[in-house]
Amino acid sequence: MTTVAEKLDTRGMNCPLPILKTRKALNLINSGEILEVTSSDPGSVKDIASFCTQTGNRLLSSNEADSGFVFLIEKA
Amino acid sequence: MATTAENTTQNAQLDTWLEQRLDELLPKKMAEIETSKTPSMSIIATKGSLDWAYPPFILASTAAALGWDVDMFFTFYGLLLLKKDINAEVSPLGNPAMPMKMPFGPKWFQDVDWPMPNLLMAGVPGFEKVATGLMKKTFKNKGVATIEELRGLCLEADVNMIACQMTVDVFGFDNSEFIPEVSDFVGATSFLPVARKSDVCLFI
Repeated sequence: MTTVAEKLDTRGMNCPLPILKTRKALNLINSGEILEVTSSDPGSVKDIASFCTQTGNRLLSSNEADSGFVFLIEKA
Repeated sequence: MATTAENTTQNAQLDTWLEQRLDELLPKKMAEIETSKTPSMSIIATKGSLDWAYPPFILASTAAALGWDVDMFFTFYGLLLLKKDINAEVSPLGNPAMPMKMPFGPKWFQDVDWPMPNLLMAGVPGFEKVATGLMKKTFKNKGVATIEELRGLCLEADVNMIACQMTVDVFGFDNSEFIPEVSDFVGATSFLPVARKSDVCLFI
């Protein structure tokens, strides 16, 4: 089971806020720690994946739950 | 001692060998340089209405979130986006692609795209105030950030904001009317070298 260091709820926010908030949240955790991001923006599914590819952070999982889209990101 | 003919042959061989090696090594080296380089973007923001204020700040803040170096040059009406108080408004007049939808009421009502005669848009006092209010409300309902918020996020992420000195003079502004984060008041001559080196350059 992965341990989540920090949780970020971006539900209700639209592009580009989920990405900007994710960036800020990642700045506050240590390398190797995991950030959980929840979003209601369908565009964030591809955008978060693209953000991770470009910034070198690892997208551990991307799921759609009742609460919204849930992403687990391991900080590089 | 080698003769001239021998020298020429040796040089030709050396050239061929060098060319082959370069062909082998150069693509790899270029790719290495490309991946290790921080991407950069320059934006020239020229419009100050509420609808046009969004694209430059959205692109700049997103690029900064991706770790890019971002420079923004604010000129003409774009300069108004650097003022301490942004009073950007929007008008559907002369803006035929702008959907006129209501941000409240039942869904069928919100889905109606209201036809607005030019005469009404041009003639009714306060029409722009209403249109601006409706757009702000729609954006808020949809969870879109305000311009002030996006600008703040840009500044937080070290986006470099440069103002066009000529526009300041032409419109009779005072430098004190602008946010203190404006890094410089310069002309095109100073900004173009920045734009030249950037990977992405946009005129908005």
